[in-house]
Amino acid sequence: MSVATKLPSATTPITDHDPRVRQVELAISNLLRGGVALSMLLIVAGTIVTFAQQPSYISQPGELHRLITPGLKFPHTLGDLTSELGQLRGEAIVTLGLLVLIATPVMRVAISILAFIYQRDRIFTLITSVVLFLLLLSLVLGRGE
Amino acid sequence: MTPLEFVLLVLLISVAAGVLGSLLGLGGGVIVIPALTLLFGIDIRYAIGASIVSVIATSSGAAAAYVRDGLTNLRVAMVLELATTSGALTGAYLAGLLSGRWLFIIFGVVLAYSSLMMIRKLNEPEYQESNKSAPWADYLRLHSSYFDKRTGREIYYRVTSTRIGLALMYVAGAISGLLGIGSGSLKVPAMDLAMHMPIKVSTATSNFMIGVTAAASAGVYYMRGEIDPFIAAPVAVGVLIGALGGSYLLPKLRSSTIRLVFVVVLLWISGQMLWEGIRG
Repeated sequence: MSVATKLPSATTPITDHDPRVRQVELAISNLLRGGVALSMLLIVAGTIVTFAQQPSYISQPGELHRLITPGLKFPHTLGDLTSELGQLRGEAIVTLGLLVLIATPVMRVAISILAFIYQRDRIFTLITSVVLFLLLLSLVLGRGE
Repeated sequence: MTPLEFVLLVLLISVAAGVLGSLLGLGGGVIVIPALTLLFGIDIRYAIGASIVSVIATSSGAAAAYVRDGLTNLRVAMVLELATTSGALTGAYLAGLLSGRWLFIIFGVVLAYSSLMMIRKLNEPEYQESNKSAPWADYLRLHSSYFDKRTGREIYYRVTSTRIGLALMYVAGAISGLLGIGSGSLKVPAMDLAMHMPIKVSTATSNFMIGVTAAASAGVYYMRGEIDPFIAAPVAVGVLIGALGGSYLLPKLRSSTIRLVFVVVLLWISGQMLWEGIRG
């Protein structure tokens, strides 16, 4: 067994534990927590509002099949979503919460790009920008079908 | 069953899946999808859509803690995310073309593989530095260090085989997008076995990438209308609560016998999924 711990030397690579990197790490950590917390709040609130708006969902067994089988229209375009949010519909609030959750890692990537620009790290700015582009592409890919 | 009863029941099952997933280090998706399809008869595409959202929640929650502890290698994560996100897009796109039967069959195989991989985790290997030359990793400055709490020392490590890592990550991303799971059981070995990263760093970095990978495929599923708020809401909330509870229980449950029992249960579930696909 080789000794894994050793002091930094000529053979030991440069590490990235400088204070600026640490700041970015903390910002990312806080963003991830905040995004998850906000989405959970919206999802739970939206679910409660849904049941308050549709009393039959609490008492009618027949309603379930319609809600969980393919073919149901729930807001999955941004236009539908904004108009239904305007009416404060429960399903729309839940959907907004789900979108906040999906957007959280996307925001994380966007913050990382800013950090790499700030550190003048060209190659990583490029790499991270491509990842962000791929994430945004996903929204187009799904719609095209 | 009324919709209210359904939501509460799915919430309960998702909490259980989250606890189990975090105890086993598998993530909740791999357990919640069989539960939704086999117990409730939900369309597998909707189960996958709900699961992928829950994967983002648990991964982001755990990643926040790992990043704070300095275990995550952010540079490696950024580079490999090129491969996992393109893989995820491929997988999510393919899922739209394949029939439900094939999704059951592939799921059964992947679950069986993941359960067997769990046995490997029973003894955590000591980190050994590799002497292989690593021009890509040198150029991208991927080598780093982390503070090991157990020994109280800073462990320096060299990353190797970046290109092989990228190829493996593409596959892991594709499986994640296809089945709506985090596929950490594919990402972790790609880093600690192929790229010679310490297992703790591999696990933390895998967790960090899972959220971005899942977001890529979740975008496709959402636009395709396969993320049903009625199913996704209780699954996302339940799995997250379960995972938080599980991480609290984890240090108290280290028995390998319990893990072995779970492996058997998971193999049985994967058999059920396979059978569901073959039967049609």
